[in-house]
Amino acid sequence: MRSYGIIALVVALLACVPLVTSSNVVLNFLVVALLIALVGQGWNVLGGYGGQYSFGHAAFFGTAAYTTGILQLHYGVNAWAGLVIGIAAGALVGAITGALSFRSGLRGSYFALVTLAFAEVLRIIASVAPITGAGVGTLVKLDLRWEAFQFQSRAPFYWIILAFVAVSLVIAQRLERSRFGAYLVAIRENEDAAKAAGIDVFRVKLAAMTLSAAITAAGGCFYAQYFLFLDAGIAYGPWISVDALLAPIIGGIGTVFGPLLGALVVKTLGEVTKHLIGDAPGLDLVIFGCVLILVVAFAPRGIAGLLRRRT
Amino acid sequence: MSGEMLRVENVSRRFGGLLAVDQAAFFAEQGRITALIGPNGAGKTTLFAIITGFLSATAGRVFFEGADITGLAPHLLARRGIARTFQITQPFAGLTVAENIAVGSYLHHARRADALSAAEKVAHEVGLGSMLGRRASDLTVAGRKRLELARALAIEPKLLLLDEVLAGLNPSEVRDMVPVIQTIRARGITIVMIEHVMQAVMSLAEQVFVLAEGRIIAMGPPDAIAADARVIEAYLGHGAAARMRGSAAHG
Repeated sequence: MRSYGIIALVVALLACVPLVTSSNVVLNFLVVALLIALVGQGWNVLGGYGGQYSFGHAAFFGTAAYTTGILQLHYGVNAWAGLVIGIAAGALVGAITGALSFRSGLRGSYFALVTLAFAEVLRIIASVAPITGAGVGTLVKLDLRWEAFQFQSRAPFYWIILAFVAVSLVIAQRLERSRFGAYLVAIRENEDAAKAAGIDVFRVKLAAMTLSAAITAAGGCFYAQYFLFLDAGIAYGPWISVDALLAPIIGGIGTVFGPLLGALVVKTLGEVTKHLIGDAPGLDLVIFGCVLILVVAFAPRGIAGLLRRRT
Repeated sequence: MSGEMLRVENVSRRFGGLLAVDQAAFFAEQGRITALIGPNGAGKTTLFAIITGFLSATAGRVFFEGADITGLAPHLLARRGIARTFQITQPFAGLTVAENIAVGSYLHHARRADALSAAEKVAHEVGLGSMLGRRASDLTVAGRKRLELARALAIEPKLLLLDEVLAGLNPSEVRDMVPVIQTIRARGITIVMIEHVMQAVMSLAEQVFVLAEGRIIAMGPPDAIAADARVIEAYLGHGAAARMRGSAAHG
């Protein structure tokens, strides 16, 4: 129960931020950081707890974003319904890619490469398919009412993404205390021993990937509502796959708060470099690369791991 | 009650040009300890892997409690009550001893608290009671062997396949482990063990099968096996039995 208390406390503190400041810069920064925390928590469920390193979480993010965007634009579907359908669509893509790769017994870097390939295939299709607007992109219609999941100010967006993150934290915490989570970790640590313990490795991995994709998909739907614009490079681009894994790895792989910590650190670093050195394209990635190397070499359990060792 | 728990019928396994297991047939009776011995490379571990579903058989069938289980997946066999240990220990290295064992306990205890308390019980049974919070990767060889045994017991098996749980232990550690295995048998769990430590085979097993070059070449109670000329030759080479008889006569 204590761990749920910590989650409640962290979320409550974060929820107070819009009451303290109405600065669009601060809120925008935090919204994006929380979005990455959410997408990263999705990655963390599969990669952190399950040890299956995906390099293609963009596939789930983009599918969800496009699903809700296109449903609203072309079919007049309500944005909240679009959110639910988008999450389902992302989860479905997760289940399909998971079934294909786990059934073929892909592990380690082979799994990573196949997930990357799926995301890239979807990106290329989205960049030419008429339904996505191809090169022009998808522009979600401006409709600033809460019924349309759009708001005048940033604060409601901030609270909604914070609520999503809160749910993802609770899911991760439940994972740590459940049989499913224990099985997932067992598979990460030793697949043969897991089988001998009676674990249906394929099913557990598949369920984890579906859940992972669903969480990341929620981030994709939120992105569509917040920025109201999608193109193939945004929805399915490698940037989101990279952010999805960078945040949990830097923050603490296989920990509840790792993705949130990592997302805040990564986004802060990104802003700081932008201010100090100017907006040289790709420079932030160079910095992230260096941080990633440092973390993997000196703090394999990320920032959360360092904090835990101290206490 | 000495019904057949496990029956292996003419199982063969080919790896390319190598016939690792050649029409091997053996059985294990309920509630007893059956040993599977044989020189290195005889195919013992391969046979275990086939029985537990980690490898498929090229030919032959495996029966458990009278049902054909050939080719079933490892997790389904585990759920039916077949547990195994690995010759090269396979711990969940990053987890604690308690968590390692609990992974198995979850099979019959869905709630975390129940699984952990069941795991603790198993840990005490194999002598790991004081190490529950220790990380598996920090255990000694003897500790890891005990953990293998504990993880197998945690799924509450009817049949336990032990693949050299005594290998790599020093004589005093072997002496400590033998009563642990006897206690498990006394609880009614049928045991099949692959073992090289003959002292343990002699004191534990009631029935011994000898595997050499993939084939079962002898079976019987331990003392008969120890005197069997074919067995001595399988271990020591052709003509060894005759030489031993000769030197015994002269000496």
